[in-house]
Amino acid sequence: MVVRERKGNALAFRCFYHGWSFNVNGRFASRFEEGNYGKEHYDGGCADLAQVPRLESHRDFWFINFDRNAMSLSDYLAGARDYLDLVADHCEAGMEIVGAGQQYVINANWKLLAENSIDAFHGFPVHNTYFDYLKNIGSLRMDAGTGQFNASGMADLGNGHAVIEYPSPWGRPVARWVPSWGEDKRPAVEALREGLIKRFGAERGTRIAEFSRNMLIFPNLVINDIMAITVRTFMPAAPNKMTVSAWALAPRDEDPDLRKLRLFNFLEFLGPGGFATPDDQEALENCQRGYANLREVGWNDISKGMPRQGPPMNDDEEQMRCFWRQWRQRMEAGL
Amino acid sequence: MNGDAGLPPSLRNDLGALRSRIEDFLYLEVELLDEWKIEEWFALFAEGATYEVPPTGTDESDPATSLFYIADDYVRLRERVVRLTKKDAHSEFPRSQQRHMLSNVRIIGCVEGIAEVSCNFVTWRAKRGVVDTYYGKHLYRIDTSSEPFRILAKRSILGMDMLYPGKLTIIV
Repeated sequence: MVVRERKGNALAFRCFYHGWSFNVNGRFASRFEEGNYGKEHYDGGCADLAQVPRLESHRDFWFINFDRNAMSLSDYLAGARDYLDLVADHCEAGMEIVGAGQQYVINANWKLLAENSIDAFHGFPVHNTYFDYLKNIGSLRMDAGTGQFNASGMADLGNGHAVIEYPSPWGRPVARWVPSWGEDKRPAVEALREGLIKRFGAERGTRIAEFSRNMLIFPNLVINDIMAITVRTFMPAAPNKMTVSAWALAPRDEDPDLRKLRLFNFLEFLGPGGFATPDDQEALENCQRGYANLREVGWNDISKGMPRQGPPMNDDEEQMRCFWRQWRQRMEAGL
Repeated sequence: MNGDAGLPPSLRNDLGALRSRIEDFLYLEVELLDEWKIEEWFALFAEGATYEVPPTGTDESDPATSLFYIADDYVRLRERVVRLTKKDAHSEFPRSQQRHMLSNVRIIGCVEGIAEVSCNFVTWRAKRGVVDTYYGKHLYRIDTSSEPFRILAKRSILGMDMLYPGKLTIIV
């Protein structure tokens, strides 16, 4: 490991073990005495840092891939590209990650969080206390905006990706004001909303301003554009344990007062100290305990909405089935 | 050496006495948490008080520019307490068991009865046979100008480099 810091700047990288050093392009740059190593160490590139096989981006979302032969990022993202665009379009100046973010553990299989992150059906039973909070502070707003756009459904984005989209009951710092923010913030938030409508027209502008979207990019990237934007990824540490990294995404040139409001809004729901995420964690950990009875109870039922005529609702479970169909296809291909 | 060094001798005793009173106050505070007397705990906070847990493994210290774990104003802190009294706060139902330990209590400064206090803490939380450990440092601003003391601000800086217990549902 030549870099052990989380962030910073450097002119070169030096391994503390034997003192090999590398320039910022990853080229071997040690000035060891001649004769210690063969010529190929200096000219052949065999001692250079290994390159990531694939590094590609879409609208400033950067992805690495260790499979040299993988399809292009653009093909892989498929329908998810349009929804990344909806997030990237929040601000003309671009978007940025705010600070170090949150790192925490959930004692459950990682795929449970993939399901949970795009599951609207659990919202009211699990997050009852969060909605009570919104009511108590006078910020529960069930009106869906101006009627220029409407959605209450899901989209299969291909390759196992899926998104749900629905009217927001909460405030959105991008452009949906709620009373608890105070009248003094209202003009600034209204101006953001007007700006979006001017840039994108009434339909797309209203969509970005008012509507919430929970998106899973297969297998383990979540971008939820809800009462704030969270970018979340999670890695299995064991079959019954995952580590989660979650960040807040925000407009690059955001007004300091609105940035403060955005982070405050994030924490009302999201993260291990929020009013909702901990109850998700608790639910997933209890699911994991329940799955110990696999022999007696072999199935997790996510069939909600299957007999429905017409398109799935946002609180159906088709988006989870998108994940699992892709999972099954990939597992079977590997057999 | 002690924390009073450098002060005129006449003030040292006063500060020692104040520290002793502050320690009693903090021991009361964490006992209320241990006993799940969460509404009585909230009553120790002055109107307008804040409660914060900054991110781990970094020195970021402003909730207006970086993402904390908790950054409650007084209203949200009240709502946090209201939430924790409900059965539907699933992560704390059934309730976990807690034990809070405080040490290294120091008065960093005191101006017109408003004391800046730091102390180390270890908090254990037990639930379903799993024991979580939280540790770090509390920074308090306490109004000691009249009895009973009131907390104006509490910031709990976790000493861990990530949130290994996963949840932050109890008040550490």
